[in-house]
This record gives sequence, C-alpha cells and structure tokens, in this order.
Amino acid sequence: MIEQILFYTLAALALVAAIVVIAQRSPIYSAFALIVVLCSLSGIFAILGSPFIAVIQIVVYAGAIMVLFLFVLMLLNVQKEADDPGGSKPLRTAAAALAAVFAAQVGLVIARARFASGPEQYEASTRKVAELLFSPTFLYVFEATSILILAALVGAIVLAKRDL
Amino acid sequence: MTGSLVQHAVLLSVVLFTLGALGVFLRRNVITIFMCIELMLNAVNLAFVAFSRSLGTFDGQVLVFFVMTVAAAEAAVGLAIVIALHRHRDTLDVDSFNLLKW
Amino acid sequence: MSPLIQELIEKALVVGIVTHGLLIVFSFCTLIERRVLAFMQFRLGPNRTGPQGILQPFADGIKLFFKEEFIPAGANKPLFILAPAVAVATAFMSTAIVTYGGALTVPAFGFLPEWLQGRVIELQIADLEVGILYLFALSSLGVYGIVMAGWASNNKYALIGGLRSSAQMFSYELALGLSWVPVILVTSSFRLPEIVAGQAGWFWNWNCFVVFPAFLVYLVAGTAEANRTPFDLPEAETELVAGFHTEYSSMKFALLQMAEYVNMITISALGVNMFLGGWNTGLPFLPPTAAYGLVGFFTFAAKVAGFLFFFFWLRGTLPRFRYDQLMHFGWKVLVPVAAVFILVTAGVLAALA
Repeated sequence: MIEQILFYTLAALALVAAIVVIAQRSPIYSAFALIVVLCSLSGIFAILGSPFIAVIQIVVYAGAIMVLFLFVLMLLNVQKEADDPGGSKPLRTAAAALAAVFAAQVGLVIARARFASGPEQYEASTRKVAELLFSPTFLYVFEATSILILAALVGAIVLAKRDL
Repeated sequence: MTGSLVQHAVLLSVVLFTLGALGVFLRRNVITIFMCIELMLNAVNLAFVAFSRSLGTFDGQVLVFFVMTVAAAEAAVGLAIVIALHRHRDTLDVDSFNLLKW
Repeated sequence: MSPLIQELIEKALVVGIVTHGLLIVFSFCTLIERRVLAFMQFRLGPNRTGPQGILQPFADGIKLFFKEEFIPAGANKPLFILAPAVAVATAFMSTAIVTYGGALTVPAFGFLPEWLQGRVIELQIADLEVGILYLFALSSLGVYGIVMAGWASNNKYALIGGLRSSAQMFSYELALGLSWVPVILVTSSFRLPEIVAGQAGWFWNWNCFVVFPAFLVYLVAGTAEANRTPFDLPEAETELVAGFHTEYSSMKFALLQMAEYVNMITISALGVNMFLGGWNTGLPFLPPTAAYGLVGFFTFAAKVAGFLFFFFWLRGTLPRFRYDQLMHFGWKVLVPVAAVFILVTAGVLAALA
C-alpha cells in the first residue's frame, strides 16, 4: 500500500517536473526541473526493486551529468530564450500533434498489454547485478564502454580546449 | 498488484519519452534540447527497470547501467561541442547554427 | 504491543536522538572551532557568554534569529529561498546511513516498558543494502544547495563561489569515491556495520593501517568535500567576500552554515567508521559491547572528536590553495593515486585468495 502511494506521488512529481523542463524558457529552471525528474525516477527504481540502479541514477545523472550541465549554463551565462518561438507555427503544431499520436498509440498498446507481475521476492541487490555484469554475457560490452569513455574523455578535451 | 505497478511505470516511461521528444522539437536552446534527450534516455531506463521487474531477471538493470555510461560520455562530448559552438557564434540558439544548411 | 509498533518507536527514538545530537554537536562545533583557532593564534576567543563561553552558540543562534531576512533586488526569489533548504535536507539525509557507535543495550530499569528492557538498539537510522553508495549519492546532491545559492543571489562573487564549488566537489567526489573502493574490496560489503565489524580485534586491523594510501586520499578528498580550509575556495573570504553565501543573512545563513558543519560531521563519522575502526576500541580485551555498549559509543565519539579537531587544526595551520593548484592536485595526483591503489589492493586480494 505504501509502495503504491509513493509510486504515484513520485510519478506525478516526475510528470509535472518533466512538463516544466520542456515548458520553461530559462534553461537553468529546466535543469533544476530535470534534477527533480531524475530524483523521482530514482525513487521509482527503488520501489521497483532496484536499489543499486536507484543510487547509481543519483550518482551519475543527478550528481555528475546535471552538475556538468549547470556548470556550463553558469559558465556561459545563458539567457532566456527569445519570446518569439522559432520555426514556423504549423511545423511546431505538427510536432506536437505527432508526439500526441505517438504517445496515444504506444500508450494504448501498453494499456492493453498484460504484464507478468514477476516473482514475489525481487531484490536486484548490488552483488547480483555485478555478477551478471561481469559474466561472459556482458563482460565484453563492459570493456567496450571503458573504451567509449576514454574516447569521450579525449574528445571532450580536444573540443573544449582552445589550443592544444 | 505489482503487475499494474509495472504497467503504470511503463506508461509513465512512454509519457516522459514523448515529453522529451516534444522538448527536442519545441525548444531552441541547445542545452535545453540536450536535457530533453537526457529525459528521453531516462524514460527508456524506467522501461528497462520495469520490464526487468516484470520478468524477474537482472538484464534490464545491466542495460540501464550501460545507458548511463553512454549518457555520461555523451554529456561530456556534447557539452564540449556546446562550449566550442558558443565560442564561435556567441549564442546557443539552434537556428543560428546553419552554416551547413543548403 | 506489536513488534512493528515497537520497531517504529525504536526507530523514531534513534532518528530523534541522531538529529538532535547532530544539532547539538553542530552548535558546539562552532564554539570549539573558534576556541581552538584562538588558542592556535594566541588569542582567547569567545569566552564571555557563560563559563568558558559555553553559552556562545545559543547567543549566536538568538542573534541570527533576530537579524533581518534580506533578499537582494535582482535575486531569483524561489531558488534563493530553496537553496538553504536543499543544502540542509541533503546534509541531514546523508546522516541516515552513518553508524554512530555500536549497539546499545537498554538496561532493565523498572520504569521502562517490558519490551524495551534489555532491547538492543542499533545506533543507525537505516541499514541499506547499497550502504555507503547512498551516502555518495547524497553528497553529490549536496552541491546543488551551494550552486543554487550562488546562482540565485545575482551577485558575481556568489556566482564565482557557486561555479568553483560545483567544479571542486565534482572533482574531489571522484577521489573520495575511489578512496572507498579499497575498503569495500577488503570487506566485500557496502554496509557500514559489516565494514566496522571487519576491523575488530587489535588496532592494527583498522583500515587506516590496512589500506593506508586510501586513508590519506580520503582525508584530503573529505576535507575538500566539506569545503574546509585549505579547500574552502567556494567561500574564500579574501577573494570572494563570502562566496556563495555572500547575500545570505539571518536564519538562511544559519542553515547554510548548519549544512556545512553537518557535512563535516558526517565526513568525520564516516571516516571513523571506514578507516579508524568505528566503535572498536582496538584492544581485544575491551569489547565495545561492555557497559551496555557505552564503551563502544564513547570510543566512537572520541574518535569523531579527534577527526573534527584535525579539521580545526588544518584550518589553523594551512593557507588556501590557488584554484588551478586545486584542480591540478585533484585530477593529477589524488585520482591517479587512488586508482592505482585500487589496482594494488585488488591484486593483493586476488593473490591471497
């Protein structure tokens, strides 16, 4: 029962904050709203039985990626977007309509689908996730991500540095 | 009981994904667009976790782990590009980055 | 009474004691810090309010309470008000995972209800499976209070303070997290009670001797995480007036200070738990469970006091880093040292296994 209440509260919070993210003209407000979305999603992950992912969500997304975003926003002193919306109005309306159609279609499919409730006792503890992560199934992918991160590291420095 | 929870989690994920996509279409600030992409990635993460709960396996969790790694790498490179763009154009409006437009 | 209610009462008791205990320790930390600094600089420090200035924290509190609440004209009002709240909330939330000494046994006093007599109370609010990862997550959220305060103030010094703090905490958090990994490898658990239990016996079993380089990295990164001298660049008073809290006054200022001190206390308590043997006395013939667990509690308290004194001592001794030196040190010294030591620890453990 408590789970349900918490879940729907967090879901409502995430929805409202997500709307704020896309409705705000000021990017700083968008960033803070996105942090709220990430934190409430982390809570939902915990409710769905994944404490490890919930914590990693906060550490990586809210703690690292969003700090980076805020840092860049403050560094560049980004102003509000101009009042007149860019692009042509019909195109924007079409985009909104397309998004609504997409949401309605997929939502309808999911609403009709029947999901297995899964095992009664489900706790994706850190040890179990780690055992799967370092099992032969995912080990090479894991190693590939480390190369990806190295490439991103070098790429970010090359792009952002004025002169090497 | 948990089944409906999973279903609602996936529904939430769809709505968040759509909102993120809408933000990419509607906003003009590069960084806001970037944040909307992060929102979409998070919506997908939520779907992964919910399906993982529904199937009783841990593969979804591992995939979320990978998505986060890629998102972190993407954010680092993307923000570096944003800084480089801002240095050249002194604006973050996507409409002004049209040098390669025909 | 049903066991659930009993447990709820017990937890509420622990939460209340921990929160209020932290507030008391925070208020006296401010006094003791000033006295210690004064002693190191051949001054007297605040000694007028009550015997040895013992009532100074209360006087400060009353003074701050009656000061004018000031919000600058160009400030972003909602975020300006939200910032101290975020700072305090994350600071207090992160204290939930820390153990404050081992289990206490309630003595069988007659006036206590039957179920409470002889009950063993763990001095920890929540024993999560993810353990210290939770603390890591919350300490990374703590930076938002400072960044928000700096940005919302509409003041260039505050903004620079916020910028510096986001970059600094971002960099040193990495080293902090890496310094925990050897301990986690040695204990193979994220949970603090198990980490402490792994350091029982003689004091050379403590992790600060077992994984000494990690302890050094933790000391440096922890100091930077708590924004203490020599890493207090976000509020460097000689350069930035007061950094991110330049525009804050009255209770909002008090809340920001509180968050900072609570973070410092958390870092100290965590360091004691992870590296200094927690509530273990280090002498096998003096078990921490002796005297209803009070031995363990006071051992822990003494160690935390020592840790806090170390922070005060640093402030009285060291000059502030320059910003580029700070970044250089964080990324080119601390992180590589911590990373290499993880490899060494893992290698030794694999060889021993």
